[in-house]
Amino acid sequence: MSNDLSHALQAQVKEALANKQTLAIIGGQSKKFLQTPVATSTLELVNHSGVIDYQPSELFITARAGTPLSEIEHLLAEHQQLLASESPHFSRGENLATLGGTIACGYSGSRRPFSGSLRDHVLGVRILNGEGELLTFGGQVMKNVAGFDVSRLMVGARGTLGALLEITLRVMPKPEAEITLRFECSLRHSAQCMVDFMHQSLPLSAMAWLEGAVFIRLQGTERVIQNAKQKVGGELMTNSPHFWQSLGEQTHPFFHAQSPLWRLSMPPSSHLEIPEQALFVDWCGGLRWWHTDKSEDEVKKMAAKQGGYAYLFRDAVPVSGDVPPAHLLALHQRLKKSFDPQCIFNPGVMGDSV
Amino acid sequence: MSLSNITRGLLIAQLKKVLSKESLLQEPETMRPYECDGLSAYRQLPGVVCLPETVEQVQAVMRICYALKVPIVPRGAGTGLSGGALPDSAGVLLVLTKLNHILEIDTQNFCARIEPGVRNLALSDVTRPLGLYYAPDPSSQMACTIGGNVAENSGGVHCLKYGLTVHNVLGLKIITVEGELLEIGGKTLDSSGYDLLALLCGSEGLLGVVVEVTVRLLPCPEYAQVLLAVFDDVAKAGSTVSHIIAAGIIPAGLEMMDKLVIQAVEDFTHAGFPKHAHAILLCEMDGAKTEVIEQISRVQDIMLQSGAFELRVAKDEAERALFWKSRKSAFTALGRLSPDYYCMDGTIPRRSLATVLTRIAALSEAFNLPVANVFHAGDGNLHPLILYDANREGDLKQTERLGSQILELCVSVGGTITGEHGVGIEKLGGMCMQFTSSELTQFLAVKTAFDEQGLLNPGKAIPTLHRCAEFGAMHVHQGQLTFPELERY
Repeated sequence: MSNDLSHALQAQVKEALANKQTLAIIGGQSKKFLQTPVATSTLELVNHSGVIDYQPSELFITARAGTPLSEIEHLLAEHQQLLASESPHFSRGENLATLGGTIACGYSGSRRPFSGSLRDHVLGVRILNGEGELLTFGGQVMKNVAGFDVSRLMVGARGTLGALLEITLRVMPKPEAEITLRFECSLRHSAQCMVDFMHQSLPLSAMAWLEGAVFIRLQGTERVIQNAKQKVGGELMTNSPHFWQSLGEQTHPFFHAQSPLWRLSMPPSSHLEIPEQALFVDWCGGLRWWHTDKSEDEVKKMAAKQGGYAYLFRDAVPVSGDVPPAHLLALHQRLKKSFDPQCIFNPGVMGDSV
Repeated sequence: MSLSNITRGLLIAQLKKVLSKESLLQEPETMRPYECDGLSAYRQLPGVVCLPETVEQVQAVMRICYALKVPIVPRGAGTGLSGGALPDSAGVLLVLTKLNHILEIDTQNFCARIEPGVRNLALSDVTRPLGLYYAPDPSSQMACTIGGNVAENSGGVHCLKYGLTVHNVLGLKIITVEGELLEIGGKTLDSSGYDLLALLCGSEGLLGVVVEVTVRLLPCPEYAQVLLAVFDDVAKAGSTVSHIIAAGIIPAGLEMMDKLVIQAVEDFTHAGFPKHAHAILLCEMDGAKTEVIEQISRVQDIMLQSGAFELRVAKDEAERALFWKSRKSAFTALGRLSPDYYCMDGTIPRRSLATVLTRIAALSEAFNLPVANVFHAGDGNLHPLILYDANREGDLKQTERLGSQILELCVSVGGTITGEHGVGIEKLGGMCMQFTSSELTQFLAVKTAFDEQGLLNPGKAIPTLHRCAEFGAMHVHQGQLTFPELERY
């Protein structure tokens, strides 16, 4: 369904400003494990939807924020293309995730170390800032250095800097084929194993460690893949797409554990003393998922000690997710004010201070 | 406006306490080499030049300037093409080239921590023996510094596949205008909170001074091969670019040169380019050897179908290097054809390549000024070079009018006024063309969040609304950009 509600949404923001209300920006509500904003009113984006421009040979797609992510992925697949960041839906099979919500959360999937993060692929945005102004930044071209990179700043800002209305993303060709190979490997040896694979000029598109094995995904043409397979060996997995999807969407049995789930972004080769069964390593080591009952302080300190950072991703109750680090808090607050001086958008979603 | 004698005296007295004698230049003759960057039509002697050798010295200089409300213009190697490092006569020119140490090469985590004054190519030179390299390769990579690359979000010939600086920076240490050291990101693939790395990359020194960069290093590809295709028509070459991308191939680099460039380059490098060609495409593939060979063969087919009349695959590494040398020496070669040239930097959607090139040719004829086109065709980043003679009455004015019309053309087909050279002092008028006053106001608000008093690189990158109003008026009445407060040479 195609529907441009820009002006109605703008009117709503202006009304909220006039009445000193705050607004919770609502998309498809797929990420209910995150705390909802504490606001007096809502700004519903789901009906502001539709693909505006898609030029396969130009490698970009522009769509309204409320467009279901699945709709975009299907359209791209029809043209043998994809969103290279492999961002998760977390929709539990219901197609809830919207493009806007996906950008606002900014998560990237297993392809991230090889094809870039979601923010890497954002080329332009149209937003409503906290003063109800319709603003356009970036564009539809890859190289563009006119003005500050506001488009990418919006990624992961969880709607605190403005309501995303339209987003232009770079799209990439879909590889002809993919396979996944499994190699028995202890956690302790996994980092070196991954470093070695990195140096072998393989057509890699994912590399992970789980339950005593390293998994590598190869992509490209059949010939290229077969050639790479011969070079590295390993055990061929029969359910490659499903395997990676279940890890990305967190439906894999690993994620069924009851303990709180922590997300740790780490230097890829850094070592953390974590029990093997409680850990899933993605992004060639750059991302660790850990089920643990340890205290927030303890997990954060462990990550920080090795040059990374951590936040609670899922728990029995909604969590706040990523919040700005203390040493950058003042800057975050000033940036927030520069976009949303009255602080009307999504109060409390990035901690109480932003 | 220049520094008052009292402020200057006070400033120098304080700077002397933190900098060595060699790191503080205050005489016109010693400051002369710093009066311009790569855009040499704009020149200005700074109030003083500081060349700090340590991060602590940068911090101390910033604190002194902040206390005295003295503007700071950061500068790397000064290779920028938009006047972003043009000095402020009332300010300090903060030159970061002495901070040139590679602090750490971390082969296990595929990254390097380096100081801002490290030259782009010097980094890859050091890491290549370890099987790693830094991907962004602006054509000035011999000289330009990483700090400058961050400030400009530099690209290069390989950014179609490997991205711009913003895609290859993992962490930054910056000194804020108040002199505070902030650490953003690190060796991780993302960082906590707002994406400040994205905001800082390409911020042209308006938000902070970079004193350390953590860059991503990539494993060197096993194999690289370059294909050269010759066309008798620029439009055919233009549509070939779209056909390659549409076939699902992302080359590592895809560059185009037109007739004027081919002739100039051939005279300069003798790479054996056919001089009667109207356009040449250079297409590079890299990766696993089987993959590269397969892709080269597919691209060859596409090029022939799209009308290439001659195809060459570099026969060895030396010829591959020669092909690239020709591309990278295009500006220098053109410099021999004409006393002066003016380099544009618009980006357009690839589908408009043929149309825009045809319209540029028509404009070139109408203005009676030759325009050479050499550009990153794969990402639609044009570098039309207007050849002119500054000593000929009216030539520069005509050149600027033509340049402005080319940029308007880029914006009108959905492109941008600058793909990789930055706005600097040069394209402030273009910014008024591309953005609305609300958008410019938002940019200024972001600037204020970092630098309330506007001391960091003032008057660059983001025009004030007043400036735009002035520009708009002039634009209507005279149809040209002028910056009355700037001296012209």
